[in-house]
Amino acid sequence: MNGPQDVGGMMGFGPVVPEPEAVRFHADWEKRVLAVTLAASATGVWTIDAMRFSRESLPPAMYYGSSYYRIWLEALTNRLIAEGMVTAEEVAAGASREPARSVPRVLRAEAVGPALAAGTRYAREPSAPARFSVNEAVRMRVINLPTHTRLPRYVRGKVGTVERAHGVFVLPDTNAHGLGEDPQWLYTIRFGGTELWGVEADPTLSVSVDAWESYLEPVT
Amino acid sequence: MHNDHGHNHHRHDHHDRGSALSETELRVRALETLLVAKGYVDPAALEAIIETYETKIGPRNGARVVARAWNDPAYRDWLLRDATAAIAALGFGGRQGEHMVAVENTEAQHNLVVCTLCSCYPWPVLGLPPAWYKSPAYRSRAVIDPRGVLAEFGVSLPADRQIRVWDSTAETRYFVIPQRPPGSEGLDEAALADLVTRDSMIGAGVARQPAAAS
Repeated sequence: MNGPQDVGGMMGFGPVVPEPEAVRFHADWEKRVLAVTLAASATGVWTIDAMRFSRESLPPAMYYGSSYYRIWLEALTNRLIAEGMVTAEEVAAGASREPARSVPRVLRAEAVGPALAAGTRYAREPSAPARFSVNEAVRMRVINLPTHTRLPRYVRGKVGTVERAHGVFVLPDTNAHGLGEDPQWLYTIRFGGTELWGVEADPTLSVSVDAWESYLEPVT
Repeated sequence: MHNDHGHNHHRHDHHDRGSALSETELRVRALETLLVAKGYVDPAALEAIIETYETKIGPRNGARVVARAWNDPAYRDWLLRDATAAIAALGFGGRQGEHMVAVENTEAQHNLVVCTLCSCYPWPVLGLPPAWYKSPAYRSRAVIDPRGVLAEFGVSLPADRQIRVWDSTAETRYFVIPQRPPGSEGLDEAALADLVTRDSMIGAGVARQPAAAS
């Protein structure tokens, strides 16, 4: 969706504020949000893509006015309610009023280390050869859907060059919405800065995105 | 909408610290209590997650990878060819680093990593992303004005240096092998790792000079 998350090339957010490497969190509640989000996601009720869609579905004013862990909190709350795991009344009360729904699994403390070390692999076995070749010119499709996508606005319609083929990966656009994995070839597509930003752009700049095959079309 | 989002985060913090229990703190506590009561979340698992990312997984992991690459040309080649396997050989991997790609800064090209769409970041080697990496200020400008962003980190590159920005739009996770600083010849890997900053592995900084290390 053309939501608030898609900020590449926007202006007006002010300077970047570096911070020391030792800073891990800015408040204790941020740790809780991180842990609760990871543990709740480990139930397997939703995919990582679905949670990203919950975050980018927040109203733009809320998204831009919130710190990142606050965005996580809002999105997690919305997702839990949407999945029928909690009710809004329970969230407000901080207490359980209804029976829990069944979930595929619960992450126990002793499984945290192995689960984080294993991660979740998104690569799949190819069932077809890659349609595009390294060094081939491609155009990014112009797609505007209200659903999840990882095709940023700033590259849509732009011509780039295939730099790498990574293999076949789960497609977020379907995986976010319970429509299956639809695994597709994933490529790194490189664009010249002037292709993206015009002739005034820094001539030394190039930018790449990783793009699934259905985001691309041949340049004819 | 606030136009100084980079400071916005800190403003929240001050607010949160300003009262005994802020609205945010109350909401987080309530949600955690609810999820535990429902049986969806094991409270001991929460502590294990926090402990992992506070004490075990952070940018010193990545610094070890870079130091090895600086010190061992065969390892560097492996890292550039199959970063996931080369990093796993040092004991790092897993969540948000399942599909790693290492890119190398040279005299010809400087690499900078961003996620314009959210906050994708190579957790096993760099830990949790810093607040600035997740800020709209960084995410919006890294792809259109990387030299301006770098200047805010005190980094100024030659005018003819190619700037390559990697927007992490998939589950591939990028990290940067910074240039080895002059004067670091003969240092062992532990001393080399001390020169490698988190920001240098994002491309937002450069490695320390040996004199400034330790």
